[in-house]
Amino acid sequence: MSSSSTPPPRLFEAREPVFPQRVSGWFRRLKWWLMLFTLGIYYLTPWIRWDRGVSLPDQAVLVDLANARFFFFWIEIWPHEFYFIAGLLIMAGLGLFLFTAFLGRVWCGYACPQTVWTDLFILVERWVEGDRNARIRLLRSKWGSRKWRLRVTKWIIWLLISVATGGAWVFYFSDAPTLLADLATGRAAFVAYGTIAVMTLTTLVFGGFMREQICTYACPWPRIQAAMMDEHSLNVAYRNWRGEPRGKLGKAEGDCIDCLACVNVCPQGIDIRDGEQVECITCALCIDACDNMMEKIGKPRGLIDYCALSDEENERAGQPIISVWKHVLRLRNIIYFTLWALIGVVLVVMLYIRSDFSASLTPDRNPRFVTLSDGSIRNAYDLRLSNQTGASRSFHVSIKSEDPLRLELQGQSVLDVAVPADETIHQRVYLYAKPAYLAAGSESSPVRFWIEETSTNERSFVDTIFAGDTR
Amino acid sequence: MKKQKLTDEDYPTTGHVWDGIREYDKPMPRWWLITLYLTIIWGIGYTIAYPAWPLISGATPGLLGYSTRGEVAEEISAVNALNADIEAKLLATPMEDVAADPDLARFASAGGSAVFRTYCAQCHGSGAQGFKGYPNLQDDDWLWGGDLTALETTIRHGIRFETDDDTRYSEMPKFGEILEHEEIEHLTDYVLSLGSKDHDTISAEHGAALFAENCTDCHGENGEGDREQGAPKLADALWLFSSDREEVTKTITFSRFGVMPAWQGRISEAQIKQVTFYVHQLGGGE
Repeated sequence: MSSSSTPPPRLFEAREPVFPQRVSGWFRRLKWWLMLFTLGIYYLTPWIRWDRGVSLPDQAVLVDLANARFFFFWIEIWPHEFYFIAGLLIMAGLGLFLFTAFLGRVWCGYACPQTVWTDLFILVERWVEGDRNARIRLLRSKWGSRKWRLRVTKWIIWLLISVATGGAWVFYFSDAPTLLADLATGRAAFVAYGTIAVMTLTTLVFGGFMREQICTYACPWPRIQAAMMDEHSLNVAYRNWRGEPRGKLGKAEGDCIDCLACVNVCPQGIDIRDGEQVECITCALCIDACDNMMEKIGKPRGLIDYCALSDEENERAGQPIISVWKHVLRLRNIIYFTLWALIGVVLVVMLYIRSDFSASLTPDRNPRFVTLSDGSIRNAYDLRLSNQTGASRSFHVSIKSEDPLRLELQGQSVLDVAVPADETIHQRVYLYAKPAYLAAGSESSPVRFWIEETSTNERSFVDTIFAGDTR
Repeated sequence: MKKQKLTDEDYPTTGHVWDGIREYDKPMPRWWLITLYLTIIWGIGYTIAYPAWPLISGATPGLLGYSTRGEVAEEISAVNALNADIEAKLLATPMEDVAADPDLARFASAGGSAVFRTYCAQCHGSGAQGFKGYPNLQDDDWLWGGDLTALETTIRHGIRFETDDDTRYSEMPKFGEILEHEEIEHLTDYVLSLGSKDHDTISAEHGAALFAENCTDCHGENGEGDREQGAPKLADALWLFSSDREEVTKTITFSRFGVMPAWQGRISEAQIKQVTFYVHQLGGGE
């Protein structure tokens, strides 16, 4: 309740600028390497070439939306094999469960594009404008030539990174060298420029200006993760039982000397000593900052550290620190990992046993059968044959059924169908039953279509029915 | 001037309590408020630029002159422009050669399927399976011929469509005005016997003589029909108006007069070729 002496808080509040200070240490080094690794994958992947023969693209990773194909090195996925993508998404979901149960918001802190690009943008900011104190001074200074020069330089570099980010994205959807030439000469499709423009804008605004606001207000993950963690999940935390009561060096009873190093390096602008909070992305930079300080004043490291909620009780009771492995190897994590690995193994097995051609068959429903002038019954089917290789192939069609039904392919005198490389063709197929056959007078009789590759003799079948006239 | 930092205790709560948990009523970020205002401005601009405000009859047209109908028309003309080349190729290719070119065949059967479903399905059924009195186009029985040329002629000029001078024409006499009731019964039995249906053998024997006298000019000596005159083959398993005794008697007594409209001039030349090809490849084409 607000009393008359304290004015009620405003309904809307401006963003508090955050000036993360430079820090060095184990986690900072790890994050630099991870940034190099993830950005490297993102920017360079479209440029890797992979020879698939003349009629297929030679880009290693390509989402070919126009032809509905997904290429990943030696793997080619067709739309009917989308379950591979679904499987990967399920693995990604289970992977998030696993890592959240084990390490809390480790995705947020290390691998989320919002974190990685913000980190890169802050690095640029530091190169151009200087470290924390210089940046604070610059913010407070008047808009003179120096401030304009530094700000404009920073914005231009940010913009270039943003354009490169949006630009790299579109290369995943088209042949990269061709598209780059088209983009440069103004011949690329409008959708390419539009996508680059949108991605440039979002990268610039999210990485340069919104930063922690995206994590705190726009992202659902901070809310979801609460349901996935438990008291054994490792999180960046402050050992307040060791640090409190805090105070100036030499006067404090606890280990915390209130130097604010952990607050100054925080990209989210929070104080980790307030406990677990929704804004914290567990980037672990405060661990580095605090460890450096503890080393200087000769205290043990780990005042801020990865620890679990369950550690607090133990450590307050004077027990030794529980090893990380005990937090990792527990039933919940093992179940998540088993499920994750199981789906992975199934996907890999399916990838290697799948056929490089596929056949499917749809009986004509309208009409289900046609009576011919000699009284025999004909059924028509739409046979779809997909040739998932880079070379043209031929397939022999045959059937197996109770009655010796006659098979005929529309417009062909033979029972072979040629399918060009990387294509799906539709072939109309007829089955004839003489009036005396059982199938001619039965509601439905089973028929098995055999499709045989003529050179390798690889076979596959499709089961269907023959509809007769029961009148 | 240093701002006073507010602590959690300084904020009011919304008053909602659940299981002892209360909800802070903290300020929203300012950019969020600005975004809200921007969307309102965008919304106003949108209703000015595009058709939006309902009036008594119609709506405000919007400054950009956008309409969904206009968009569809644009899409249709874009597709037509894309098809212009292959359509010209189809027009230049003789009907018999279309099947040999896979691209052309695909274009013709896809386009023909659309034409069929628009103009032909009302009588012949969406699967070309036909109905009583409307021929099934999937079977191997054709009144006026089932090769590409015959099909094209039928589609162009129709059947008994009197406003077209080249239409296919024939008329069966109403034997009810010529023969006695008993004679028609005999004929009925004979026609049923031609199609191997249940019939009275003695009556059919009488009918045979009557058939030879009255029907063979068109339907042939053995009921094999005559495509020149559109006279159905009677000695087969297919019956345009069912093989019920009453229906056969009715046909002989009152005759039938099936009409199909001529499509030349109503659909484009390319559409005529497409639908001809489509019907021909349904399974009965000769």
